[in-house]
Amino acid sequence: MPFIKKTRTSKPLGAVTIGTGERAATLGGGNTLPLYFFDAQTSHPPVVGIEVTESAWDVAELPLLAKAYEGAATLSERVVRAANMKGVDFVCLRLEGADPGGANLPVGECVKLAQEAAAACGKPLCVAGCRSAEKDVELFKALAPALQGQNVLFLSAKEENYKTIGAATVLAYGHKLAGESSVDINLAKQLNVLMTQLGIPKESIVMNLGSAAVGYGFEYLSSTMDRVKSAALEQDDTMLQMPVITQIATETWAVKESMASQADMPEWGDLEQRGIQMETVTAAACLVSGTDAVILRHPVAVDKIAALVAALI
Amino acid sequence: MALKGLDIFKLTPKTNCKECNQPTCMAFAMKVASGAIALTDCPHMSAAALDKFASATEPPMKTIEIGAGECPYKLGGETVLLRHDKTLVNSNLYGICISAAMPDAAIEELLANMAKIDYERIGARMYVECVYVQCSSDAVRSAEVAVKAMASGRVLVLECADPAIANSVLGATKDAKPVLCGANATNWEAMNAVAKSADVVLGVSGADLNQLHETVEKLEAAGNKKLILDLGTLSIKDAFANAVEIRRAALKDGDRTFGYPSIVNLAALAPGDLVMQAALASIFTLRYGSIIVMERIGYAEALPLFGLRQNIYTDPQKPMRVTPGLYPIGGANENSVCCLTVDFALSYFIVSGEIERSRVPVNLLIPDAGGYSVLTAWAAGKLSASSIAKFIQEFEIDKKIKNHTLILPGKVAVLKGDLEANLPDWKIVVGPNEAIQLVKFLSTIN
Repeated sequence: MPFIKKTRTSKPLGAVTIGTGERAATLGGGNTLPLYFFDAQTSHPPVVGIEVTESAWDVAELPLLAKAYEGAATLSERVVRAANMKGVDFVCLRLEGADPGGANLPVGECVKLAQEAAAACGKPLCVAGCRSAEKDVELFKALAPALQGQNVLFLSAKEENYKTIGAATVLAYGHKLAGESSVDINLAKQLNVLMTQLGIPKESIVMNLGSAAVGYGFEYLSSTMDRVKSAALEQDDTMLQMPVITQIATETWAVKESMASQADMPEWGDLEQRGIQMETVTAAACLVSGTDAVILRHPVAVDKIAALVAALI
Repeated sequence: MALKGLDIFKLTPKTNCKECNQPTCMAFAMKVASGAIALTDCPHMSAAALDKFASATEPPMKTIEIGAGECPYKLGGETVLLRHDKTLVNSNLYGICISAAMPDAAIEELLANMAKIDYERIGARMYVECVYVQCSSDAVRSAEVAVKAMASGRVLVLECADPAIANSVLGATKDAKPVLCGANATNWEAMNAVAKSADVVLGVSGADLNQLHETVEKLEAAGNKKLILDLGTLSIKDAFANAVEIRRAALKDGDRTFGYPSIVNLAALAPGDLVMQAALASIFTLRYGSIIVMERIGYAEALPLFGLRQNIYTDPQKPMRVTPGLYPIGGANENSVCCLTVDFALSYFIVSGEIERSRVPVNLLIPDAGGYSVLTAWAAGKLSASSIAKFIQEFEIDKKIKNHTLILPGKVAVLKGDLEANLPDWKIVVGPNEAIQLVKFLSTIN
């Protein structure tokens, strides 16, 4: 008896487009379970973003990353370099230094930096804030008018600041906004409901379900995404059909596997290789669980993850 | 399909004899249906009834054992497609690939490098479980390489589609209970005979899913139900589609023919590209690869992949826990301060990571808090002043550590007063609410 292949189709999930004209990328919009492109043809595969921060990376022990940005002294130069790397669909400018607990860059300076980056970047732009929810409000309020017309994705609004950020970015200037919840399907849905009640159209909302590196409670993230995608596809839950974006690099480059120098852990071997594999394995695991857009840092990881998606289509 | 209570009731003698320790036959049937007791608890069950029950409750996916001696592994036996539906039971295995065509020096280097990956992570040993040996047309050489691989003490997986060569290689290795991969639509009869006479698990492949399905049916008809399905090496897309289609057919659509574990050789799907192989290994770990073979596995690959597997193969109803005890971090000694958190693995990982980052030597104390996070454990009464005091006494922390400074998680600052009463010779300090603030906090404490 031959194998009977069942046809499994569902209607496409919500899609969110960022950027403009030829410089646009679409997040989400798939009509199969994550990466199950053999179930139905897709015109919306997951997309890959690369992150750049306002200060250059610490590239000690990371010769490949150093080479990728060699000679790029200013933020604009680094953004251009990142945007042109193989496999990149969009660029994420992360304003890490705005954090009051860190460099505490003034809002005005961040706006200047973001405008520079946006002008230089030939790809759609995503702007990520810092660790402070209060500072992000100030930051996004100032950035939204400065980046008007560029259809930027802001990362991220939380339950405590979605009203101000939502009004300032999406309602006033037509940008896109990610809502961040902490690895919980109910909290994710609640935030989507709240944001739509504020008047933000579904087509402008992206879900940031939280992030984790593999080995560090990744089962919570993976199971949350599994459940979100099941609810979206099989139960037609419209409040969970928004695309999912996941910041991979911020998590994977902060664990000891990607930080401990070879001098400290000689048996672990080359630090850069460890960092690349940690980032690649985490990104692949997120994609198969349900992420529609990953944000990575290392050009090798970006290249391989883009190649992986291409190989599966 | 599972039997309902009433179906089971029909199989009972209906005498209410109470010999099964249940008040009535109906009560007995209901408990069997819910899985609380076994059908065999009824002494009057007929052989025919037991047979019927066995076929009705046969799991949708068979559990296959491979390897011998110290390392028999169970593969398959899954009942759900996704972890959160219930739990995944038998974790996948990772392997490296060697070939009879390789020179001895290359083989020895690969095996020696594999042996270096051996460490502990949250109470479990992390190492490469399998060695995949590609046999050549030279039977003597193939057997020699297989024996070399067997000496590593890992499970042997033989790739060989020639029954005669397979037979001679198995002659030297069958006691280690290897897997023999190589049965296909044309050679299945001969390969089946070889596998059966050596009593080893047989790996089956097919040009497509139809052919694979038909070959498995023929093997089952010939009485072999110790099989592993090869996901193929046609393309990445094809192998991934096969993995999903096979598992979905078995668990969702009740196709028992595909109810077997799988094997995938990433060294053949992405030759020479270890980063792509790691990405694929990640995907197959989450989606239905049972034995995942790579060209090689170094620490760069092992650290993320073994961590991922350990995360995914946990029961969602039971949090991952670390063993309670004293964990010195950053070269801490008896004069270093003590920091306390709970035995919830995630809390432990985050807190220990931040302490490492601070570069301040700290003795991390992990009491038994039921595997909950700090606030949950406190709310459930699993983390209290008395439980902490009891822990310090039981583990003789006050004798082992001279520095009697104890940093308490900020979220349970409320315990400070009671703790001071319980531990009069300790200085209790309230730490930050979040682990992320520990680096700054610890820099001020010394």
